[in-house]
Amino acid sequence: MGLTGKNEPAPNLIQVARGHQKDGDPGIILTTLEKAVNWARKGSLWPMTFGLACCAIEMIAAVSSRYDIDRYGAGVFRASPRQSDLMIVAGTVCVRMAPVIRKIYDQMPEPRYVIAMGSCATSGNIYDSYSVVQGVDRFIPVDMYVPGCPPTPEALFDGILKLQEQIMQRGVFSKKPPEAVKA
Amino acid sequence: MHPDAQKIQQAFPEAIQNAVEWRGDLTIHVKRESLHAVCRYLHDDPGLDYDYIVHVSSVDWPDHPERFEVVYEFYSIRRKRRIRVKTRVPEDDCVVDSMTDIWKGADFMEREVYDMMGIRFRNHPNLVRVLLPDDFPEGYPLRKDFPVRGKGWRDTFTFIGEKTG
Repeated sequence: MGLTGKNEPAPNLIQVARGHQKDGDPGIILTTLEKAVNWARKGSLWPMTFGLACCAIEMIAAVSSRYDIDRYGAGVFRASPRQSDLMIVAGTVCVRMAPVIRKIYDQMPEPRYVIAMGSCATSGNIYDSYSVVQGVDRFIPVDMYVPGCPPTPEALFDGILKLQEQIMQRGVFSKKPPEAVKA
Repeated sequence: MHPDAQKIQQAFPEAIQNAVEWRGDLTIHVKRESLHAVCRYLHDDPGLDYDYIVHVSSVDWPDHPERFEVVYEFYSIRRKRRIRVKTRVPEDDCVVDSMTDIWKGADFMEREVYDMMGIRFRNHPNLVRVLLPDDFPEGYPLRKDFPVRGKGWRDTFTFIGEKTG
């Protein structure tokens, strides 16, 4: 009986073991240094906790075991901007909060990325009022916008995966023009 | 009539304008001049014993001659009774006596009313804005004549690291 339950011969384990022996394969992967660095960067995005409103609840759900943001290497939430690469602005940004966000963004080491999570961080949503910033991109550069009110954890993952694709296309040693980088 | 309302009415016959009881909630309307004395009586009298201030809020009635209404809500922890005290303030002289000398907890709540509605509190220890920035230039946002989108301030100020000019 094989592993699948069907009536088939058992796999020859000795042959499998032989596959790891020396066979003349040099074991070399050819790539560019830029790609290798980008691969490392996209695989360990450390986000910063920046929950401001109900989107934060979905962000927390994305971190916890059912959705598990750690599968994409972005699960190590840091409470300090000095240790983080990715700022997920999750929630409604009041005008009084805006200088604080800018200050924290400036404290993050480069390369740094920003995801505007939800309609409020993207555009202010329905809160077209005296106290709400109409989109967080008014004072920090945003790499990825995640629509939704609030977005589901899957939508946030989509934003993170798209950001990872974008990171792979960025220049590490030369500054590519922003038009060249497409999601 | 509610026994508490009766008691207050007897102690301050001129000050109490009206007393309404609706679904067990007692509301008394007090003249502005005697608001502080009435509240002192509510707090100090052992038969009333309203020792906890629940909330301070304000209402804007644009068409009313006395435009603003300040609403205090008190609770007696020992007697498990609630009372609501309302007073009217005209727009050109919106000043009310502060309750901070009776209930310490009135401090931030009165600051919030000042911040959003622009009603001043006499003898308040630190009457500055609490929710909005200290230099908010546009007045008092909860007033009915304040435009919802503000007066342009949210788009004009410069952020940290931004080049001016």
